[in-house]
Amino acid sequence: MAPSSGTDGAYGPGALKRPKRSPGRFGMALVQGCAVLTVAVLVFIIGYVMVKGARVMTPGFLLGSPEKMGREGGIFPSIVGTVSLTLASVIIAAPLGIGTAVFLTEYTQEGLFSRIVRFGTESLAGIPSIIFGLFGFLFFVIRLGMGWSILSGSLTLAAMMLPTIVRTSEEALRSVPDVYKETAYALGASRWQTVASVVLPTAMPGIVTGVILAMGRAVGETAAVIFTAGSSLRLPKSIFDPVRTLPVHFYILAREGISIENAYGTAAVLLSAVLLVDFAAYYILHRISKKRPVARR
Amino acid sequence: MKGEKMASMSRLQAESQVENRIGGPPKVEAQGFSFFYGKTQALKSLDLTVPENSLLTIMGPTGSGKTTFLKALNRLNDRVPGISHSGSLLLGGKDVYDRDVDVATLRRRVGMVFALPVPLPMSIYENVAFGPRKRGVSSKKRLDEIVEEALVSAALWDEVKDRLDSSAHNLSGGQQQRLSLARVLAVDPEVILLDEPTSGLDPISTLKIEELLRVLSERYTVILVTHNPVQAARIQGEVAFFYMGELIEKGPAASMFVRPKDKRTEDYITGKFG
Amino acid sequence: MNRKEKFAEVVLTVVGLTSVAVLALIIFFIFREGAPFFAEVGLGSFIGGTKWSPGKGQFGVLPMIAGSFFVTLGALVIGVPLGLGCALYLSEFAPKRTAAILKPLIEILAGIPSVVFGFIGLTVIVPLIRDRLGGPGFSVLASALVLGIMILPTMVSISYDALRAVPQVYREGMLAVGANRWQAVTSVVLPAARSGILAAGILSMGRAVGETMAVIMVAGNATIIPGSVLDPVRTLTSNIALEMGYAAGLHRQALFATGVVLFVIIGALNIVARSFVRNRVR
Repeated sequence: MAPSSGTDGAYGPGALKRPKRSPGRFGMALVQGCAVLTVAVLVFIIGYVMVKGARVMTPGFLLGSPEKMGREGGIFPSIVGTVSLTLASVIIAAPLGIGTAVFLTEYTQEGLFSRIVRFGTESLAGIPSIIFGLFGFLFFVIRLGMGWSILSGSLTLAAMMLPTIVRTSEEALRSVPDVYKETAYALGASRWQTVASVVLPTAMPGIVTGVILAMGRAVGETAAVIFTAGSSLRLPKSIFDPVRTLPVHFYILAREGISIENAYGTAAVLLSAVLLVDFAAYYILHRISKKRPVARR
Repeated sequence: MKGEKMASMSRLQAESQVENRIGGPPKVEAQGFSFFYGKTQALKSLDLTVPENSLLTIMGPTGSGKTTFLKALNRLNDRVPGISHSGSLLLGGKDVYDRDVDVATLRRRVGMVFALPVPLPMSIYENVAFGPRKRGVSSKKRLDEIVEEALVSAALWDEVKDRLDSSAHNLSGGQQQRLSLARVLAVDPEVILLDEPTSGLDPISTLKIEELLRVLSERYTVILVTHNPVQAARIQGEVAFFYMGELIEKGPAASMFVRPKDKRTEDYITGKFG
Repeated sequence: MNRKEKFAEVVLTVVGLTSVAVLALIIFFIFREGAPFFAEVGLGSFIGGTKWSPGKGQFGVLPMIAGSFFVTLGALVIGVPLGLGCALYLSEFAPKRTAAILKPLIEILAGIPSVVFGFIGLTVIVPLIRDRLGGPGFSVLASALVLGIMILPTMVSISYDALRAVPQVYREGMLAVGANRWQAVTSVVLPAARSGILAAGILSMGRAVGETMAVIMVAGNATIIPGSVLDPVRTLTSNIALEMGYAAGLHRQALFATGVVLFVIIGALNIVARSFVRNRVR
């Protein structure tokens, strides 16, 4: 076979020499360039924010309260606000999301009912955050009278996180080997017993990773939060108090031009939090899948 | 070639002791039992009797309905959508498909061991205790007793008694399979089903388990499925040959392998197919 | 024992219905708040009107529709080729080690909050455009650039999955007849993954249309139909977010009506995208 266009090392390096101007060269370089550019953008964004924000990152900044509408002082209330809001959302969304996933995988056959539920979750996934914000405002803040509060904000955020948690939990549950379930059933266990003692524990790492990732997304959420949790700079005392989360504070600082420096600092803290959460999720997933035991012969 | 194989078969059973367990009341009985996965018929009007406390080996090529029969007996097939059956399948005289049968209880009375040893992701102790726990036993003392008894019966106790709390995954393949057996024994079954239990094991573990099954058949009704006719011959006891959803022939291993009544049986034994 | 089973089943069924319930609530409340507006002002003058002056009772959102349209278009022009190229590289050409590092890295890009993107746009891109290309800097171009970068993770991720789903035999078949990798990919793999990539594009479009905060920071938010890429612009989403804080009465209803329009557009996009994904699988 005449090597008119080379075989690209498919039969071992140097098996047949690749001619100098093979037609794919430019194309491959192009896509490689795309990847490089994409990664470069990412690195630039993170690096830029971190470097510029580092200047402002003093313990006083992290622990102090904002003064002069944020022009000076720290961002402690925002940190507290972000943490409490995110935690509250997870506490609400996780059981609901995991429960829905369990329902879809173990309690229904593929029929009309499961398709309705799935339609619900997938549609929810596509709704932009501002619509959630509007909804949260109308329903939680006004209709249910919760006002601008951690409660309203976390309920809204929980609704946003729901589809993600359902999707990742479902994947984790489906990856539990069928034999585990068959074994449990063959021993006389009932459906709930099998789910609770075999399926859920096995799927837990994947489920937890999904929840953590959803949490990471929620930390950075702005549009939905502004309309439901408010933008008060005061330290929240209860879940009925309004809060200004980090992204909201950051947004206000930047857009109103109050303090670009502090904006960088806030952004750096926010970014660190998000990255931390993401890394935690990947770390857990990696650790557990490494530990996942395989039967020896 | 055929002559040689048959000669070695008769040598096998000549060297061993043929146990003929035909006595005892029927424990499992299929009467005209047919089973369908949707439109496909997996079992064709099966008539089969398995006496109490006996050992039956079902052999046959892939797709002959052996596993379907097992899973019909403990109704594990219920989990597959679109199944149907006709005829009756009796356990101790009662049809397992009767409306008032509690499936979970049925599966306690009819235990099953799968081809791949699958330890549940827990400790050895927890694996064995799983069944009894789910059936409501909660006293630690009682569970300890049950676990020990089961592991002893499965000939695994001595090897694991000092590490009951370690993960079951650390056991070897043969040990895991005996663990699966112990799990089943822990719920005090009447019938033990085994679906190609030694197909993934080394020869020594295989022999150990076969010996164990012979011992267990004195107290339980043991039905095991294999695709390897040599194993069926080796185990002795009753042998049933399934082919394409039908029971072709059944009898003591000795006579089946020396003088098979049906040509298909002979072809299968001599390796013409399967 | 049986009671516990029943209880678990009931609880899980109810839980399973939460997402449907939430969806229903969202649709109900948004539409209820926005619908009276349509009765009052009429769909035609709303969508076709070119003047948005709530103070004077004028509620034409055409400039915002145009804004969303152009900005999204720009984002797709930038983000789709870049994302697809990246996915191609990761899936087909990158050495395994490199891909294993890059892919999670790009997924991290997905986690960066939108306001951070907007901020970088504000502090880096806008001045750049203003100095080099003229205009206020706050422009369609700036928004398109920022949004284009934001949809990259989605585009890369879903395209990558689509490419990976193409059976290995397709590639091997081409290689076996002497084609090199690039030819194999362009003539066989890409076409095979076509519908998945299309779905990726449509989903990215949905994300771009729905993005709010980042766009507000770089778009300039003038309520005019943009004449060039350097003109400031306001999108549908920005409109809602900017004015919701102080809107009242009919004005507020108009904003909710905008939400309804947005909802419908994105809903349609998602349904289309999902039909592509559904058709591809099996």
